[in-house]
Amino acid sequence: MPFIPHTEEDIRAMLDRIGADSVEDLFDEIPADLRAPPLTGIPEGESEMGITRLMQERAAKDGMPSNFIGAGAYEHHIPAAVWQIATRGEFYSAYTPYQAEASQGTLQLIYEYQTMISRLTGMEVSNASLYDGASALAEAVLMAVRVNRRSKAKRVLLPGALHPDYRKVVKTLIGNQGIELVELPFDETTGQTPLDALAPYADDDVTAMVISQPNFFGILEDVDGLTGWAEERGIPVIAVVNPVSLALLKPPGEWGTNGVDIVVGEGQPLGAPLSSGGPYFGFMTTLKKHIRQMPGRIVGRAEDADGKPGFVLTLQAREQHIRRSKATSNICTNQGLVVTAATIHMSLLGDEGLTRVAEACYANTHALVEKLAAKGIKPRFTGEYFHEVALDFGGDAATRVQTMADAGVLAGLELSRDYPQLDGCVLVCATETKTESDLEQYVATWEQAA
Amino acid sequence: MSTTEANLIFERSRAGRSAVAQAPRDHAATHIPANLQRKSAPGLPAASELDVVRHYTRLSQKNFSIDTEFYPLGSCTMKYNPRACNSLAMLPGFLNRHPLAPASHSQGFLQTMFELQEMLKEVTGMKAVSLAPMAGAQGEYTGVAMIRAYHDARGDTERREIIVPDAAHGTNPATAIMCGYEVREIPTDETGDVDIEALKAAVGPQTAGIMLTNPSTVGVFERRIKQIAGIVHEAGGLLYYDGANLNAILGKVRPGDMGFDVIHMNLHKTFSTPHGGGGPGSGAVGVAERLLPFMPIPHVIEAEQGGYRFAEESDRPQSIGRLSAFAGNAGVLLRAYIYMRMLGREGMVRVSEFSTLNANYLARELAAAGFDLAYPQRRATHEFIVTMKKQAKERGLTAGDVAKRLLDHGYHAPTTYFPLLVPECLLVEPTETESKETLDGFVEAMACILAESENDMETIKSAPHTLPNRRFNEVAAAKALDVVFQPVQDGDDSAPRTGTHG
Repeated sequence: MPFIPHTEEDIRAMLDRIGADSVEDLFDEIPADLRAPPLTGIPEGESEMGITRLMQERAAKDGMPSNFIGAGAYEHHIPAAVWQIATRGEFYSAYTPYQAEASQGTLQLIYEYQTMISRLTGMEVSNASLYDGASALAEAVLMAVRVNRRSKAKRVLLPGALHPDYRKVVKTLIGNQGIELVELPFDETTGQTPLDALAPYADDDVTAMVISQPNFFGILEDVDGLTGWAEERGIPVIAVVNPVSLALLKPPGEWGTNGVDIVVGEGQPLGAPLSSGGPYFGFMTTLKKHIRQMPGRIVGRAEDADGKPGFVLTLQAREQHIRRSKATSNICTNQGLVVTAATIHMSLLGDEGLTRVAEACYANTHALVEKLAAKGIKPRFTGEYFHEVALDFGGDAATRVQTMADAGVLAGLELSRDYPQLDGCVLVCATETKTESDLEQYVATWEQAA
Repeated sequence: MSTTEANLIFERSRAGRSAVAQAPRDHAATHIPANLQRKSAPGLPAASELDVVRHYTRLSQKNFSIDTEFYPLGSCTMKYNPRACNSLAMLPGFLNRHPLAPASHSQGFLQTMFELQEMLKEVTGMKAVSLAPMAGAQGEYTGVAMIRAYHDARGDTERREIIVPDAAHGTNPATAIMCGYEVREIPTDETGDVDIEALKAAVGPQTAGIMLTNPSTVGVFERRIKQIAGIVHEAGGLLYYDGANLNAILGKVRPGDMGFDVIHMNLHKTFSTPHGGGGPGSGAVGVAERLLPFMPIPHVIEAEQGGYRFAEESDRPQSIGRLSAFAGNAGVLLRAYIYMRMLGREGMVRVSEFSTLNANYLARELAAAGFDLAYPQRRATHEFIVTMKKQAKERGLTAGDVAKRLLDHGYHAPTTYFPLLVPECLLVEPTETESKETLDGFVEAMACILAESENDMETIKSAPHTLPNRRFNEVAAAKALDVVFQPVQDGDDSAPRTGTHG
């Protein structure tokens, strides 16, 4: 029996001890009329060899196109050591560190993770991670509402240039809390969220404000100006950032005069493969004064009975298993295994490696734009961008993108689904994984698709 | 604090050292405006590749895990995670697929997800399954949000309450609150079932639904589930099934047949995807007919022109919406699919049979060794509760003490102090993948601790003794919070212990 070690002799001995005639007898408390029919809809079991063959076929079926789609999930090189160590059984098959003495590996790793991500974002404290970037933003909005007790309006400003699926997730997850989400328009020329967009709310009761850097279009926002506007009014700011970009970009802890209150983002670029959208992890960092309002697990340093240092889950009184209906969130887990990978990934890259990755992403995307500009394809917006850019493909964008895909190049994400006014625009990202010949192939495929 | 500080990755760092092979070559300077640039380096570790590999390999060795120890953590289903599930989910074709790749380049993945939905429908008896939720708690949120959307769509907006038994997981009441509901708690009777009279008194026009786990968190099957379903449905409420304990009933009885309207499954429990030190999980939800329109997106459906595609907003205008930026924890879903295909239909039934056999055997042996079962008159399901109430009163041997001393014997502790209604409880879940010898060894260790408590409580009270650390002072840790490493500068005793801006 796959994965079940019992011999006939074991079964007999165990049933005898229990005083039952058969295993079936152990289910005698389930009413007979509720018993399940045979599970005919499930195939018969496969051997490991059989399932290996099947999965190899499935994986191969989707091809290995040259991918230039970003839009919140980015293709990066992941050092071989990252997942080899993360999938060691001691990390892979452990659980939430409830018994601290038997979980020092996971606990210390999370403490190191909290330190790295706090430093990267320029903030004071971090939790052990949340599910993904979008749900982390939803949790940040709820947290900001708890933090800003002065505000009565429960009104949160979200840029229209924020990832549209992030806006949708926020709506889904806070939809029943009576929070009003106000969308800030972006400048159709620069692609930035202009200070003018904030003017209508200058004297309103605003509970929190979200700034995305870079924004969904890859454009760099005037983060100091936007943060400064909020600071003048005592409005907490939530930053949504790409962690790789932070090797080059000013960390949210330094935006405006005093920095933002909460930082969240998608951790995927730090060592998680694209893997069809998950598992990734959402990071969240904040100021020490807000830590009790932060959702999710937090690891702290502690001393044991001998005075020896180690690590424990701390501030658990915020959490659902203690506070139940009064908890800061219903969240139980973090994304432990992915955070394990990210911590190893950040350790291997270091400041220098991460900076080089960010620079290579920037260089490749800008090089591609230059090559396409020579063919008459221009960026849709004038704003400065990091490693992603909206290119105006024109009226036949949909056909061209599909034709390019059929030729083995995923050209980018069409923006018309969420932005009808950007019909014909394609969001394109070239990370450090792309070589000169990959960029040439993009251009050649683009030309052939005409 | 020097002992541990010397072991942090930051202490291994040396300026100028790095894992050079991992960085791409130098590129020309960027044109990022000066006011948007980072001025000082973040302070990530500066270490060689070997430093990093050795550091994290050693850290891993400080963990208990299923691969190294028996891990009978009740309600968490710590069964063996087959290696093939991991290696096949990490085939390059799966790892490199971008979540927004066009359907033309996604059929292998989409077909797999569609088949997983179909298999989960079959084992749960539900009408449709969504794989979008990223964890059990998010599955719960999804389920209760659908209940709310259902009532709202009918204009039935006076239903303000969700009923939750006192034995429920803490996530249940926390979820109900996140969905904008009030929580009404009802008691459990002395045999571990829901108190039917209390339920009858609790339901009414204000009832939106009830959240139940069956088998319940006290490790017994709720025998009157049909009656409960009748009472709640009669009052106009819906039934939510918390799938935490699905392992106990796989192939034996299905939530859909019990009368549940919406369920979540913890794929990281029942379908053996890794717990990973606390995630990632996956909380797929199943729904009955009437909740179909409200299912979250995306969701894999058969495409009109053949093949498969994701259903989007336009396909489900009444959907509760999107739960993640993309399509949930796809890598976890692949592992669950591989596991289900390896077990097949016969294997599904064996899961519940052998997890139940193991639990009943272990319960019987522990009772014989002198431990009290919380519900001795009931069949154990896949887990059961030992209560240390008597020993705690007689000689101060608490559930927490037993848990800590078990670590010295090389066993992870059972779940302690949950569910809250049983005093001094140990919730024990052996799972189907453990052998009789392992269970016998565990009983021996438990008996040994009981005997030790008669003459040497001090050794128990100060356990564990064989691990990297002894018991921690958690209260002090919560007071003097140190959650981010900050090196103390020489001659600067006033330096804060946590990080500061910049």
